[in-house]
Amino acid sequence: MIYRFTCIVCPLGCSIEVEVENGEVKEVRGYKCPRGMEWAVQEVISPKRVVMTVIPVEGGALPTVSVKTAEPVPKEKIPELMRFLAKLKLKAPVNVGQVVAEWEGIKIVATRGA
Amino acid sequence: MEPMPQIPILSYDVVVIGGGPAGMAAAIKARELGLNVLLLDENDYLGGILPQCIHPGFGLHYFKEELTGPEFASRLAKRLVELGVEYRTAARVLEIKNYSDLEKVVIFTSPTGVYQVWAKAIIYAAGARERHAFEIGIVGDRVAGIYTAGEAQTLMDIYGVLPGKEIVIVGSGDVGLIMARRFALEGAKVKAVVELMPYPGGLARNVMILRDFNIPLYLSHKVVEVRGKGRVQRVKVVKVDENLNEVPGSEFWIEADTLVISAGLVPNVKKLKKIGVEIDPATGGPVVNDRLETTVPGIFVAGNALLINDLVDYVAEQGELAAEGAKEFIENGGIESKKWVKVKKGQNVRLIAPHYLSGDHDVYLYLRVARPMENVELRIPGIGKKLRLPVVKPAEMIRLKLRAKEIQKASEKLTVEVVRA
Repeated sequence: MIYRFTCIVCPLGCSIEVEVENGEVKEVRGYKCPRGMEWAVQEVISPKRVVMTVIPVEGGALPTVSVKTAEPVPKEKIPELMRFLAKLKLKAPVNVGQVVAEWEGIKIVATRGA
Repeated sequence: MEPMPQIPILSYDVVVIGGGPAGMAAAIKARELGLNVLLLDENDYLGGILPQCIHPGFGLHYFKEELTGPEFASRLAKRLVELGVEYRTAARVLEIKNYSDLEKVVIFTSPTGVYQVWAKAIIYAAGARERHAFEIGIVGDRVAGIYTAGEAQTLMDIYGVLPGKEIVIVGSGDVGLIMARRFALEGAKVKAVVELMPYPGGLARNVMILRDFNIPLYLSHKVVEVRGKGRVQRVKVVKVDENLNEVPGSEFWIEADTLVISAGLVPNVKKLKKIGVEIDPATGGPVVNDRLETTVPGIFVAGNALLINDLVDYVAEQGELAAEGAKEFIENGGIESKKWVKVKKGQNVRLIAPHYLSGDHDVYLYLRVARPMENVELRIPGIGKKLRLPVVKPAEMIRLKLRAKEIQKASEKLTVEVVRA
């Protein structure tokens, strides 16, 4: 199986190919720096993303606060995390940087005050 | 007839119009430089468009760490408050008047009434507006469910309302791609992103989003028609050839309840045009010198009102630069230069700013290419400047630093070109 990516580590945007056989990375091609190679391998083995959403807030200046995960989350777990976040409700005051919830050890941080 | 009520008069060194990243950075810098500054914003909150841009990717250059839009905005807002910068939200500017170089008036309404502010300089940082459905030639029924990307973003990320369930997005620029991710994350089905050009309009890291959520991207296609009863029901898509002409017989329909238009931004310059500021048709923003001063002395411009940026970091940088310009203008009663070197667009340069350089200062040139190219050199033959670039794309603004010394080598003009290395 060959995975093809446009590298997003820097603006060069190298076209990287990762060849995987029996769940193991066999060869990586097309990268111009080690950071790009590491990123592409990570993308194949366990892609992770920072997740962002908004949570309803009572009594704030705006009806929601925006939040993000304090660290990147495995991609396949994102739908589950989103369902967890969809149930949350907050009360003002909320400050930027405040941890408003935790999910499987991952902190959910407010990125907007209310 | 009752006599006209007296409009209260306020007086400042500089008025900043727009409380987004450009305006806030300008106001902060102006205050730090010892100017008496007032910031006006028509929204109820500071930050401009940033409080609704809840995704990460902001501030890597300016704050040296990766922030979300609201976080970037709140850092600037905090600094603004610490410095005691005066600001008014819900303040809508009605008119700008330019009486003389050091006498400018801004008239604004606010919840506490109408005011006129006299100032020596104005920094205009009113951002951009979005292009809408009619502007890109979409015809059909006038139905609910058609939004610009920014409107959909405001609904979802400020008010917590999902604008639709099955969504077609027009435009694969960063805004369109980022909205595709937000819709998909929140459980809507993004049925297609439709892009007129043969290549995606956004940064590579945002094009990845489509892969993450299995969203189909139709390159060299356009949405031409929208149909529905009361609400969007389907949109018609057609293929285009290399001259962007519709290919006959290639049309197909996509069922959707929502159409999101993300077809680019246009600098917000109406009020500047009214007072005679010269506009560059390529950037859509004002013609400026290296202090970001427009062709009306003492009126400075920064951020997306100057040209459409892709990084907020550059927007904030422009705000600071405009503030330095305002300081120089107020202190010296004008910005003088022995000569102005005109910046000219050469091969594969679609737009560039600033337009005039004094050679008195180091300067950042901001430019975009017209079409993607690999293995190129950015060249300024007049001064022997060369910069190797492995790849250039219209979506990625190029920022080039020129030293005052280098500029001084130029005669009356300087041509910037992007050519094969």
